[in-house]
Amino acid sequence: MVKSDLAPRGSGAKHDLALEVREVSKHFGGVTALDNVSFSLAPGEVRALIGENGAGKSTLIKVMTGVYRPDAGELRYLGERVELHTPRDAQDAGISTIYQEINLAPQMSAARNLYLGREPRTRLGLVDVRRMVSDAREVLSQFGVYVDPRTSLRELGMGVQQMVAVARAVTTDARVVIMDEPTSSLEPREVDRLFAVIRALRDSGVGVVYVSHKLDEVFAICDSITVLRDGKRVHDGPAAELDRLGLVGHMLGRSPEELRSAAPSRRTPVPHDSEVPALLNVQGLHRRHVLHDVSLQVRSGEVVGLAGLLGSRRSETVKAIFGALPVETGSVHIDGVELAPVTPARALAAGLALLPEDRKLEGIIPDQSIKENIVLAALPRLSRAGVVSDARRDELVEVFMRRLRIKAASPNQKVRELSGGNQQKVLLARLLCLQPRVLLLDEPTRGIDVGAKEEVRALIDELADAGLGVVLISSELEELADGADHVVVLQDGRVAGELSAGHISEGEIMTIIAHHDDQQSQVGS
Amino acid sequence: MTDRTAVAAAGSVPGPPIHDDADRRADRRDRAVALVRRSGAVVMLAVTLVAGTAGFGLNFVHPNNLLYTVAAGSAFLALVAIGMTFVIITGGIDLSVGAVLAMSAVIAAWASAQWGGIVGISFALGAAGLVGLGQGVLISMFRLPPFIVTLAGMQFARGIAFKVTDEGNQTVLIGDIGWLRWLGRGTVLGIPVPVLIALIAFAIGSLVLARTRTGQVVFAIGGSPDAASLMGLPVRRVTTSVYVWSALLAGMAGVLIAARSSTGEPTAGYGMELQAIAAVVIGGALLTGGAGKMSGTLAGVALLAVIQNLINQVGTLSQYFQDVVSGGFLLGVVLLQAGLARRRRSP
Repeated sequence: MVKSDLAPRGSGAKHDLALEVREVSKHFGGVTALDNVSFSLAPGEVRALIGENGAGKSTLIKVMTGVYRPDAGELRYLGERVELHTPRDAQDAGISTIYQEINLAPQMSAARNLYLGREPRTRLGLVDVRRMVSDAREVLSQFGVYVDPRTSLRELGMGVQQMVAVARAVTTDARVVIMDEPTSSLEPREVDRLFAVIRALRDSGVGVVYVSHKLDEVFAICDSITVLRDGKRVHDGPAAELDRLGLVGHMLGRSPEELRSAAPSRRTPVPHDSEVPALLNVQGLHRRHVLHDVSLQVRSGEVVGLAGLLGSRRSETVKAIFGALPVETGSVHIDGVELAPVTPARALAAGLALLPEDRKLEGIIPDQSIKENIVLAALPRLSRAGVVSDARRDELVEVFMRRLRIKAASPNQKVRELSGGNQQKVLLARLLCLQPRVLLLDEPTRGIDVGAKEEVRALIDELADAGLGVVLISSELEELADGADHVVVLQDGRVAGELSAGHISEGEIMTIIAHHDDQQSQVGS
Repeated sequence: MTDRTAVAAAGSVPGPPIHDDADRRADRRDRAVALVRRSGAVVMLAVTLVAGTAGFGLNFVHPNNLLYTVAAGSAFLALVAIGMTFVIITGGIDLSVGAVLAMSAVIAAWASAQWGGIVGISFALGAAGLVGLGQGVLISMFRLPPFIVTLAGMQFARGIAFKVTDEGNQTVLIGDIGWLRWLGRGTVLGIPVPVLIALIAFAIGSLVLARTRTGQVVFAIGGSPDAASLMGLPVRRVTTSVYVWSALLAGMAGVLIAARSSTGEPTAGYGMELQAIAAVVIGGALLTGGAGKMSGTLAGVALLAVIQNLINQVGTLSQYFQDVVSGGFLLGVVLLQAGLARRRRSP
């Protein structure tokens, strides 16, 4: 246990740092999740921990909370070196965590969740239920939650559940509180309440690690900012010394100066005007806490890029268009015909096709052949009375393998043996088999090597030139700046701005991302 | 505000309660639904008792029937079902209990005959505890599925029971140990000793489940094992211990059965694991874990026993008809649970 290593809590001893991570590295198989990362938190400091997908944020949090042990480097707590073997060690030491997904027991009551593992007990050693409930009622009301603490958690709203999690973490007498996207299910009023809690923690000398991708929150509450990218620390300093554009630049790995001179798009622009009828017309998609009035149009031959940071709801937007994510309001028209309600089957039939973000999870079947993977979705169209025509199938597969330049020994090769780029092409081929009119591509070049990226990008251009409409999601600004005719920038599930052909550059996209919150708060005030 | 605590400062933020009247009404409805789900077995038990009294009068309600036939006959299942309740609330299952019961009965008889009753009981409970510990460790440390582990444990324990009795050819008789026989057949204030033991076990079980920290952890594990371990709860220790306790309670039932019949039958407790699961589920526990009540399990056990008794009272119905009826009950309860769960989720 770590307890013996620790200075007694509340003693007069002064520590410069509450928590310090020194040159920590962590590998998973061949993948480096953290590369020599240092991170420090002083008592009474609120430090933002920022990074895009795969930057190493979650790994770092798990190192600090005893879930993972670092391969190299050390962890210091209140000036002493510590080894945290389990989440319990971290909690016993005084490091408390609010995880991104609410990690409580849903069937149990709010009071029981609040005190799990540290229930008040009577002299006989039994749980003092009456005291637990009345204590819980008092604590929760101080967090602005006025519910019966005996209500089971899952019957309460997401915001209330989140506040219970916050209350649990904060009332454990912690010296360090780590909050991993604590506002993701909170209403604005509840966010204000959370900020009041954070300020009070800060004033009483507790160090807070605040993980968020919402820039306005970061600048509103944090004293200092640490940015991770690709497992490395790329920025560390006071919040006051960084502006929004600079922060976005660190997150995406582009300095603002570099961006001013970005090269123009390689595509000959397709006019994005109202004269030409839209092939895909999406209006006012809305889903509570997820999408807010998202609209976009795609014309034949046009590539519309969706830009935004992690959590800007790009994937959710295309899923909603495809009918894979139910929405409360909003409409999707294909060629003037409304899909109502939108379901994946109806969307497919109307000529929409979605390439999902995670091809391993949602796309390919690795142990089947290229041929089988390609024709999987097209089988109903290739068969007559349930019997698939082999000749037609082979012909189709051959056409697509040639057209998409899939490199493989034969159509019978298993997909797992192919490179990432070729796997992605197999998935594209499967979509194209359905003869779609609009392609929704979610990160089509993620995780494939540089050469294959270029090929996939060229393929997207070709498909657009052949008259398809394309919605392209990419985290690489360069890919959007070069390959899109029109860019819609999303932030927190809202359209933050749009850029038309001739005005698209990495710098412009970043400017919209960085300043959207400013404009919004001005409008709001 | 430097000298104020975090909590006090948070309280200073103005804002009306987040919950409004509509939410409260929904809460009330949900609680009513939960009450029906949890106490359904009690209601059904009351109905069958009334029906039995109406149909068979004194023959049914006479202590000779209710106490010495129904209660005494189901005390063993009751002990097993207490352990099963803990296991099921953690989201697990224990298929080994019937076989562990037989193994303990045989070992108790065999060891008592040679070295006396104390040694016999110690051996029997020790063997049961070891099986439970092995299963618990495999499930909690090696993360093997409880269904498979306890299926293997069931075959293992049944195998031991047959081995000890020379494949069932040899009858192991307990000698003339008075107090051991009293455990199985005696009465205190007119209540059969096994019934008394089962009732005490129920009282302790409910207290542990509802009023101890361990009990809270049992619920938390069933609700969300990952959350429980991230909250720093002793998930492995408690998971292991529910299987140990399940096996120990089955072992205790085995000892009592051996004491009552003065012999260890290797075929004892066949299918008892399924009856115990049925009783727990009829009592309102969810097989997915996280919900359940000891009083529900008690009602479930009693309901199964009363149904069997009523069928016996009719006399013209086959013994096996009881299985049909309790199967129907089980299905009804599960359908009710699924229906209520769906209603609860819809807005």
